[in-house]
Amino acid sequence: MSATALAENVLAKYEPVIGLEVHVQLATKTKIFCSCAVEFGAPPNTLVCPVCLGLPGALPVLSRQAVELAISAALALRCHINPFSRFARKNYFYPDLPKGYQISQYDQPLAEHGAVNILTPSGHKRIGVTRVHMEDDAGKSIHDGFKDSDRYTYVDLNRSGTPLIEIVSEPDMRSPDEAYSYLTEIKQMMQYLGVSDCDMEKGQLRCDANVSVRLRGAPKFGTKAEVKNLNSFRFLKMALEYEIERQVELIESGGKVVQETRLYNVETGKTVGMRSKEQAHDYRYFPEPDLVPLRVSEHWLHEIQSRLPELPAGRRERFVRQYGLREYDAEVLTLTRATGDYFETAAKVSGDGKTTANWVIGDLMGLLKAAGIDIAQSPIPAAHLGELVALIGKGELSGKLAKEILPRMFETGDSPSAIMDREGLRQISDTASLEKIIADVLAANPKQVEQLRAAKQPCSAS
Amino acid sequence: MSTNIALPSLTIESIRDGLRRKEFSATELAQAALAFAEKENSKTNAFLTFSQERALRSAARVDDDIARGLDLPPLAGVPLAVKDVIVTRGLRTTCASRILEHYVPPYDATAVVRLEAEGAVIIGKTNCDEFAMGSSNENSAFGPVRNPKALDRVPGGSSGGSAAAVAQGTAVLSLGSDTGGSIRQPASFCGVVGVTPTYGRVSRFGLVAFASSLDHIGPFARTVEDAATVLKIIAGRDELDSTSAFAPVDDYHAAMKHPVEGLKIGLPKEYFEGLGSETGSVIGRAIEQLKKLGCVVREISLPHTKYALSCYYIVATAEASSNLARYDGVRYSSRTDGSTLIDVYRKTRGHGFGAEVKRRIMLGTYVLSAGYYDAYYRKAQQVRNLIARDFTNAFAEVDAIVAPVSPFTAFKIGEKVDDPLAMYLSDVYTLTGDLSGVPCMSVPCGESAEGLPIGLQIFARHFDESTMFRLAYNYERSVKS
Repeated sequence: MSATALAENVLAKYEPVIGLEVHVQLATKTKIFCSCAVEFGAPPNTLVCPVCLGLPGALPVLSRQAVELAISAALALRCHINPFSRFARKNYFYPDLPKGYQISQYDQPLAEHGAVNILTPSGHKRIGVTRVHMEDDAGKSIHDGFKDSDRYTYVDLNRSGTPLIEIVSEPDMRSPDEAYSYLTEIKQMMQYLGVSDCDMEKGQLRCDANVSVRLRGAPKFGTKAEVKNLNSFRFLKMALEYEIERQVELIESGGKVVQETRLYNVETGKTVGMRSKEQAHDYRYFPEPDLVPLRVSEHWLHEIQSRLPELPAGRRERFVRQYGLREYDAEVLTLTRATGDYFETAAKVSGDGKTTANWVIGDLMGLLKAAGIDIAQSPIPAAHLGELVALIGKGELSGKLAKEILPRMFETGDSPSAIMDREGLRQISDTASLEKIIADVLAANPKQVEQLRAAKQPCSAS
Repeated sequence: MSTNIALPSLTIESIRDGLRRKEFSATELAQAALAFAEKENSKTNAFLTFSQERALRSAARVDDDIARGLDLPPLAGVPLAVKDVIVTRGLRTTCASRILEHYVPPYDATAVVRLEAEGAVIIGKTNCDEFAMGSSNENSAFGPVRNPKALDRVPGGSSGGSAAAVAQGTAVLSLGSDTGGSIRQPASFCGVVGVTPTYGRVSRFGLVAFASSLDHIGPFARTVEDAATVLKIIAGRDELDSTSAFAPVDDYHAAMKHPVEGLKIGLPKEYFEGLGSETGSVIGRAIEQLKKLGCVVREISLPHTKYALSCYYIVATAEASSNLARYDGVRYSSRTDGSTLIDVYRKTRGHGFGAEVKRRIMLGTYVLSAGYYDAYYRKAQQVRNLIARDFTNAFAEVDAIVAPVSPFTAFKIGEKVDDPLAMYLSDVYTLTGDLSGVPCMSVPCGESAEGLPIGLQIFARHFDESTMFRLAYNYERSVKS
């Protein structure tokens, strides 16, 4: 059995039920409970202090910026922000967990009861968000790459204390594609807000999935397995497909799904049992006595809310409404905040949203893609593209010529008018000037004119 | 030279006078205190580490200030001992545990920073029960402390070394920590003043955690005035401890000098039931003295006192089980190697921790476990609220509460080590102070027939250390003169 797209007959009989737990690293300057910098790739154990090393006697102090980013995220996820929330200790032993517990939130999380809309083939779908809570990250265990790695594991605590939020969804997704869309939506939202860069390769966005299957129409959920290590969009989809098929095959062959934690193996494309319910950790949660409860005042909440930028979903709708774009185009143009910003700047200059959208999505993105450049670093400033569209609109430039000029703009960074002036490419629509040019040409070529007149035939272009 | 400095009778004020009159220099005083402490240590084992270099450096700074004619900070040259659960930069901090035997912290506790900034001279780190868990100082991995007043007896615990150091005169001041009575009980056993401030009054940053919601740093001194001076310096908000309070710190010295006439004092009846007759009569005389000073004394009730012991041993052990998880052999603690990760943990912690610490970790792990949390930890938190409410109700009617510190005087070394429950009863009168978070202290009020010290316990309202010091100061003055 391989992790391929799910067979039709499987989905005809069984319905997958999926919930995601998404960890998002907050884009703060410092760690959540101390003033150490958050940075990727620094030499091991250089971004550390007594607090994030868990030294005896050190105490955590909550970062205001981390709370504000977490609240921004929760607001965007349409959650209710609890005016009173609390941190709790999640106790377990691991070498890269220096305090012997993670500071998280448990029975009184920061925010609850939110939702995310995703686009499915059958239209919009609401995915419930159970809760958003804050926590600190552990360090990193390095199991290989050292000459004595066969005997030792090394620990890098630079990441220890990095601020995270965990976004827990309701079990509302019914296919790997929906899970994929949900995660895409979360990622886009967090990037838009500036809450996180969501660079999965740097571990800034991590995902675990709760998966079960049930016969279509069955009233109750099946027994779920938790699948961990879904650290790319591709792996998320592949792992879910594999896991759903595994559970279906198990049930079909008379077996039973057991509640357990499974690890997705990137090499084999399979999920492997890690620990059963009986072996599950007892985290012995209790309220963190080193931190006072977190109180979010109405005033503070409004302040944060007023600073929130427009979110992708809202922007999408606005693009359709304001510029008359097709839904698909609006979606492409709002994939990242930078794309949307670029389009709007260009559209403002051109005064024609629809044509601008075509140029951004078509020619510009093609050029950017070929050069491997992000739109935020586009060599063509948005205003130049707007000018190009405006010139076409005014009839000063033909569409054909514009397509020739665009690569020049890309190479040089010059405006279209500058290039046209330099290369004499201006399309002339003024009759008087045109007549003068014609007269000049005729005067300069009397012989050909003579021949033409004699033949009374049009001259061929060759 | 400095051999004729009368160390055991020094106070902050007499040191100041001595330095000003050039009777001795800060360096001479530090040398004398260090020499005396080292000599006495063979008898009492009060110190685990001496900090000669650091002490002489601090003293030299004071002497330099004097030579330059600068104003002296309030603790200029005063020899200070610090309990070995409070971290000191570059100075070994063991928590009296094998697991931290060689641990040298890279930073100072906030209380230490503040005291040194005011001129205090740290002469060493004092012995205590391992991770502050105990009532007799017999749980130290480095041997028990002996009571300077009777060397065959315990000094109390867990801050036994800090109490003994001040009692024997090797230090003029010391810092201890109190989670269930660990400052007041040894203060009572050794005949010195010991103060447990309001929870949140003094930053816990740098205090190695035993039970975070109960842990307090507080001073030992030979006089109420000196204890108040220390508290005044270490009290107040610290950005590094989110649980430290913003409440303003009073001028304790101005406040304590007011007479206590008309002050309403409550005697909680629950604290006088089952009290040893000798302790009872000494406490009774102290109460008579308070009446003579004009206090209005009446009986009150703190009805949930009887649940304090069980409540305490659930909350404290639960937090301890989590706080002590970090000693896993991975980073700074001593490591015992093993074949697997779990084996390293087991061996490291098995060898590193003493019996009482293990007992409490197991108890605490149990009460937090799935299925037991509600029955134990949650219930204990509810009881804790009731105990705190007892105090709130009482303080609606009285200004201070007076009670014994301990049901008995310093017991013989070895007498209770095999009976943890009997040992736990040593703290039966002190636990409520920590559970409710109110300020409380022990002030010497007499001796048993055998000459063993007995302390009087005073409780006051949250953040009202002023009234507590005022009562203690007036009482102390009235019995000394």
